[in-house]
Amino acid sequence: MNGARLFLFGLGAGALAIALLLAVSGLPPVGDFRGPYGELINGLAGPERHVSNAVGALVFDTRGFDTLLEEFILFGSVTGTAVLLRPTHRQSSEGGKQMAGSDAADRLLVLLLIGASVTFGYYVVTHGQLTPGGGFQGGALLASVPLLVYLACGPGLLYRIVPRELVSGAGAAGAALYAGIGLLGLAAGGAYLENVLPLGPARPSIVSGGTIPLLGLASGLEVGAGFALLIRVFLEERHRE
Amino acid sequence: MSTHFAYGVAVWILLWGLYGIVTSRHLVHLVGCLAVVQSSTYVLLLAIGYRTGGVAPIFKDVPPATAAVDPVVQALMLTDVVVQATVMALLLALSLEVGKKTDTFSPDAIRRMRG
Repeated sequence: MNGARLFLFGLGAGALAIALLLAVSGLPPVGDFRGPYGELINGLAGPERHVSNAVGALVFDTRGFDTLLEEFILFGSVTGTAVLLRPTHRQSSEGGKQMAGSDAADRLLVLLLIGASVTFGYYVVTHGQLTPGGGFQGGALLASVPLLVYLACGPGLLYRIVPRELVSGAGAAGAALYAGIGLLGLAAGGAYLENVLPLGPARPSIVSGGTIPLLGLASGLEVGAGFALLIRVFLEERHRE
Repeated sequence: MSTHFAYGVAVWILLWGLYGIVTSRHLVHLVGCLAVVQSSTYVLLLAIGYRTGGVAPIFKDVPPATAAVDPVVQALMLTDVVVQATVMALLLALSLEVGKKTDTFSPDAIRRMRG
């Protein structure tokens, strides 16, 4: 069984490799970027949207609809995971057990890290239009905090700070907020997700960019809540056995 | 040849990820190999958008006319990485459930679907 499968895979992979190598050899050399679209965005992100992060302007403004769909993929995956790993009637999640092997030094280190992580996570979420970052990255950073709490203090405290209903409600609120901000564009007579709020100071600051920082906050809420729920669901599953 | 090396790296990663999926003996390992295949597309995207000598497309310290790398592929990749993590989580939850129901994690041993 294995030999035949490997042989067939070898045939298929060989053909695929030849086709792919032929395809990529037709691309321009690495480093010779010619696309006009990227240069346009780089030049116009500052003057037209008052932001300094061209990638952020793309994610939340120029290609904001794409981000909306990706967010809903994320939301669907998190919901599916939470449904798959839901507690059944026979099982009940117990909390309060201390993690084996975590002593006071471990807990002190993790508690120090929690403060730094929360601050840095909020910084990345709110400064998405100025420096590399934005809702997605900041949300993932913020969601590492429950994991640190679990490492320091065991699952009981994790269950208390990540209640299922609240966190999944927060994730849904984030997704709905993103979709709702898009409706502002329709209300102002433009396109859905068009940047219709006042753009703020021309020198990019934390309030400049119109809808871009708001969409960043909404997606940060949704991604952070989604990842925190995933962490809670998986650790609950592990502690159930 | 060295001008297209980065694209070759992406193809290499893709093929090894496929090999891992085909010869996998554990469902969790299979999901990890799927993540490897997905990351090869990131390498390809970033290589397409790279400009030699270009700075990052953040214009906080540099004037807006500086030659920078392509922000479009970076925007595509950025959301994709985070979404990939949650899709992998869903796949891992599925494999956990399959492992609980059939008492095995080997893809070859799980042959028939049972309702």
